[in-house]
Amino acid sequence: MLKPLGDSAILIQLGDAIDPALNQRVHALDVLLQSIPAVVETVPAYCTVLVHYDPLAATYSKIKNLIEEKISHLDESTHRPSRRLEIPVLYGNASGPDLEPAAKTLALSPSELIRLHSEREYTVYMMGFTPGFPYLGILNEKLTLPRLSTPRTRVPAGSVAIAGSQTGIYPVDSPGGWHIIGHTPLKLFDPTSEPPLLFAPGDTVKFTPTDSNRNVHVAIAPPAR
Amino acid sequence: MLEIVELTGLATLQDSGRRGGNKFGVPASGAMDWFAYQAANSLLNNPPNSAVIELGLGEITLSALHNTTIAVTGAGYEVENYVWTFPLWTTFYVRAGWTVRAKKISGGNWAYIAIAGGFDSPVIMNSRSTYLRGGIGSALKVGDVLQSFASTPDLLKLAARDFPPVRQGLPCPHKTQPEGCGTYFIDVIPAPQADWFTLEGIRTFYESEYTLSPSFDRMGYRLKTLSSPSSAKGIEKAITKELISEGMTMGSIQIPNDGQPIVMMADAPTAGGYPKIANVTRASLPLLAQCEAGLSKIRFREVTVEEAQKNLAGISGYKKSW
Repeated sequence: MLKPLGDSAILIQLGDAIDPALNQRVHALDVLLQSIPAVVETVPAYCTVLVHYDPLAATYSKIKNLIEEKISHLDESTHRPSRRLEIPVLYGNASGPDLEPAAKTLALSPSELIRLHSEREYTVYMMGFTPGFPYLGILNEKLTLPRLSTPRTRVPAGSVAIAGSQTGIYPVDSPGGWHIIGHTPLKLFDPTSEPPLLFAPGDTVKFTPTDSNRNVHVAIAPPAR
Repeated sequence: MLEIVELTGLATLQDSGRRGGNKFGVPASGAMDWFAYQAANSLLNNPPNSAVIELGLGEITLSALHNTTIAVTGAGYEVENYVWTFPLWTTFYVRAGWTVRAKKISGGNWAYIAIAGGFDSPVIMNSRSTYLRGGIGSALKVGDVLQSFASTPDLLKLAARDFPPVRQGLPCPHKTQPEGCGTYFIDVIPAPQADWFTLEGIRTFYESEYTLSPSFDRMGYRLKTLSSPSSAKGIEKAITKELISEGMTMGSIQIPNDGQPIVMMADAPTAGGYPKIANVTRASLPLLAQCEAGLSKIRFREVTVEEAQKNLAGISGYKKSW
């Protein structure tokens, strides 16, 4: 379950699946890990947490023991501080060039696809690949599509896209192979603003269809519990 | 203050790295060769996290706008200051109006140019390190004037120093001569997916001789096989399922489907979906960073975490020796 990744990081594997309950455990554990003094930073992912630590402050066996102790305290009651973000999305047309072809492949009408995509609350499973990219799940299984056979060389920042059982938003212009169904005018990553990142791993996200580019804002609230 | 008057290649400001951004997809960045970076600052008594110029893939000429003292470390460069030539791992006094030139020679890839006081630049997410792909900072260019923080008024006291470990042959990641057969041995620790490879695949990894492919950058070092014990040059997998993306670190060695290793470097993505066979130790990263594409022969040598951490501790204390 705990394995070294080099001499300055340790990988905690809590399971081997893309699964919402397992991912909740990942984020709950991630919170507990922050209090270990030698920990430099952590990377919670689908079913793992990578812990970067200072090897001059704690040896591998010491950090391993401290982490195992935290895992033993991990249970259902572990409080997870989390936020709920509502993200306005312009679906279809120039904002979502793949909406119609994707709907056709899925044998849905475009408005049905929009409804199925925007009715659910998603969890930010992990972030990565580019700064600020949130991997969100889990999609309604009626929306499952393989990736594009030919990835685009440039997907514009703000593109809302789906692939497999996941949905995500491209924070910066980058290549990409997901189906672009919409666009949000919000900035997900801006190195010059404080904080520079809109999302954090473990956040709850809900998309809200909108028809205007103007006066958009993100609604952030504590999670409804 | 220094003005850049000529530049070929890639020059960026780097410090000890941006920590805390990995979970948001922002890599640590920082120096490719942490040992040379730390040495440059300690030679000048700079605060340990001070920003320096990292230079690679070309040359730079700087003009001093006031009197200062400069240190240059790393490998693959020599330095001209006014009319003198200096080796790396030394400091020298620079009078206003003099030019300092870092010239490419063989033996490495990256040089670190530090100034007394350290360079000043905007701090983004607690670091001055440049991360070009994320739009954090930008590549330096001709005409840029680099500001620096105030240093000791006695700049001459900082000048004409050299870095004892390199000059006196103390344990240090930079070896001027490779070990037997002209090969550099890079220490690695088996990574979490080491058991995803066949025994033959593991043997191929440890017994092949590699070199760096020419298209290396700050993101990753793609390796090319020079000689292999197996007829198949690629590293064979026993488990072919897809890895669910997980965090990785500088030094992580991914094996993509073509079986040729890629070592993640300073600007590498924070997470990846290729299985990792091994991870370069921090003590060996500076040597790997300086291996020359097509020239340096590289082999991997397995060590335990305990050995790696002991080796790291052995080369981490030099800054206290002044």
